[in-house]
Amino acid sequence: MQKKHWTFRITGFRLLLILFVIAAVAISLYRFIFGLGSVTNLNDQWPWGLWIGFDLLCGIALAGGGFSTALIVHVLHKEKYLPIARAALLTSLIGYIIALVSLFLDIGRWYNFWRPFFFWGYHSVLFEVFWCISLYTTVQILEFGDIFFERVRFPSLKKILHATMPFWLIIGIVLPTLHQSSLGSLYVIAANRLNPLWWSMIIPFFFVWSAFFLGPAMVTIEGTLAARAYRREPELPVFSSLTSVTMWMMIVYFIVKVIDLNYRGVFSQAFNGSFESNMFLVEMIVFVLLPIVMYAVPSIRNKLWGVFTASVLVVAGVVFNRMNVVFTGMAQSAGGHYFPTDWEILVTIGMWSALVLIYCFVVENFPIMPKENLVSHESSMTAGQSVHM
Amino acid sequence: MGALVDITKCIGCESCVVACRLYNGLEPGQNEGYRTAQDGNTELAPNKWTVIQSHRTEKSEKQIRRFVKQQCFHCLEPACASACFAKALQKTPEGPVVYNEKLCVGCRYCMIACPFGILRFEWDKPFPRVLKCQMCLGRLADGQMPACASVCPTGAITFGERDKMVGEAKNRLTSNPDLYTGQIYGVKEAGGTSWLYISDVPFEQLGFRTNVPEKPIPEYTWQVLRWTPFIFVGWGALLTGMYLYTKRRAGVHEEEEMYAPVDDDGK
Repeated sequence: MQKKHWTFRITGFRLLLILFVIAAVAISLYRFIFGLGSVTNLNDQWPWGLWIGFDLLCGIALAGGGFSTALIVHVLHKEKYLPIARAALLTSLIGYIIALVSLFLDIGRWYNFWRPFFFWGYHSVLFEVFWCISLYTTVQILEFGDIFFERVRFPSLKKILHATMPFWLIIGIVLPTLHQSSLGSLYVIAANRLNPLWWSMIIPFFFVWSAFFLGPAMVTIEGTLAARAYRREPELPVFSSLTSVTMWMMIVYFIVKVIDLNYRGVFSQAFNGSFESNMFLVEMIVFVLLPIVMYAVPSIRNKLWGVFTASVLVVAGVVFNRMNVVFTGMAQSAGGHYFPTDWEILVTIGMWSALVLIYCFVVENFPIMPKENLVSHESSMTAGQSVHM
Repeated sequence: MGALVDITKCIGCESCVVACRLYNGLEPGQNEGYRTAQDGNTELAPNKWTVIQSHRTEKSEKQIRRFVKQQCFHCLEPACASACFAKALQKTPEGPVVYNEKLCVGCRYCMIACPFGILRFEWDKPFPRVLKCQMCLGRLADGQMPACASVCPTGAITFGERDKMVGEAKNRLTSNPDLYTGQIYGVKEAGGTSWLYISDVPFEQLGFRTNVPEKPIPEYTWQVLRWTPFIFVGWGALLTGMYLYTKRRAGVHEEEEMYAPVDDDGK
């Protein structure tokens, strides 16, 4: 029983995004008919390129907002962060769907995609990644069902979902913890191929830890952009108070990184002036140390521009790290050359345009954003708390 | 089974390359012809499971040329097979690491995993395969040696039980220490491979990857993967505990009341 029709405003910007999506669909069709080589620059030295490196590895990491917010809000019951929980879940869900679509585009024999469900190659890290991502996407759809059925009335289903929700929430944290880390473990096998500045036996820890601390930063960016787009008051106090989670986790990340480099005796390689070492230093200084400092200073983190800029650095930093693992760190051992074609880039743009479009549609048609009056009330409360943190 | 390649005996005639093509029915690509190492080095490809590469280097201040046969090393504990989540790559008890295209998903993780960079992908096919040397599995089943080894006119390739090949390599090294470098490539690399090489020139000058770890590659992965069930159960239990503990302390919240409903009757 719908009281209101589904709405979707078409603006010039959205029309542009729709064009990107259409272009991506066309290129994908071409790719399915003529093979990966016809649209990508992938080769035997560089079997994984932009789609795996950016859309999958980064996409899944950026969707980390879902599980870190779920942990903070629903498991630790930090209720003051509830206003952002649904938006975080939504972006995460769309992010996973995008990642799955790009994976499907990238696999050569896609009609075989279901095989790992039945042929248990459990000694492969990819097996764990595959299972966890497919299960977690399902769990996220169930989690979203709770919201979906507030709009599309179906009381009996909603009741079942609501009653079993704690179980889904906990599974929905365990699964991403496992596969965020195993996305890193994928590269453990490249023992003699990935540059030692990034290769480590604890690369799974670095991946899951960074995916987690990226969550709050991602929520801040989404929240700020959504507030601007929908002319709402951004939940600044929530953002500022979340920074302490990210900041402390990043400090731990940095310390463990230094210890790990020392332990493996490759610390000096960070300063040998090579391309790899410079990229590594940029990653550490610009994208780890700088945001830690920005989050630590109250006059920066309590201003919208400050918390937003620092969060952009954190998110860009995780993307930069994943790109370093996939490309910079592998370049020397791979030899050969890879740079994505315009087609590959267009498909990626189309994919992320689809994400924005779906997000807009869902936000405009489902109860995702908190009530305005409640936010301002919450704000005054949490603002006081965050100052004392 | 295993093979021993004696680089000092290879004259670069490429009989092995031709034998491989004929036995496995590998057609040359369009406009490609049978390019040889004489025309400039060729690389492994989906339709070239073995190639001869020519390397110019120096020995006792003299310019020399050496030929290196390339193909899958058939590791004793293959990284590619451990990386495959669909079991399309498998190690057979006889030694060959073989590929089954029916099971393959085309994810190319095996290509990331291979420490020697051997696997090749059919980039231009709609349903591409990952291709590499299969050690002529069918011939082995008939008690024959691989096609390449069977045609070598100079005896550069010896084929037999791997243990015997290691012994043979050691014999040659000890009986002629002035000629050989003293190293057998493939005894320890990646935990041992079925193809072994001996040479009179250091392997790093012949394009071999000399930084391959001695530990079998699948062991690295397993050291990480074996924690999975413990993390699953432990982390799940911890989360459940925290959930129950903090729920009791937290006030009851009405989530639905908090979010702005979008349908009219909610307002």
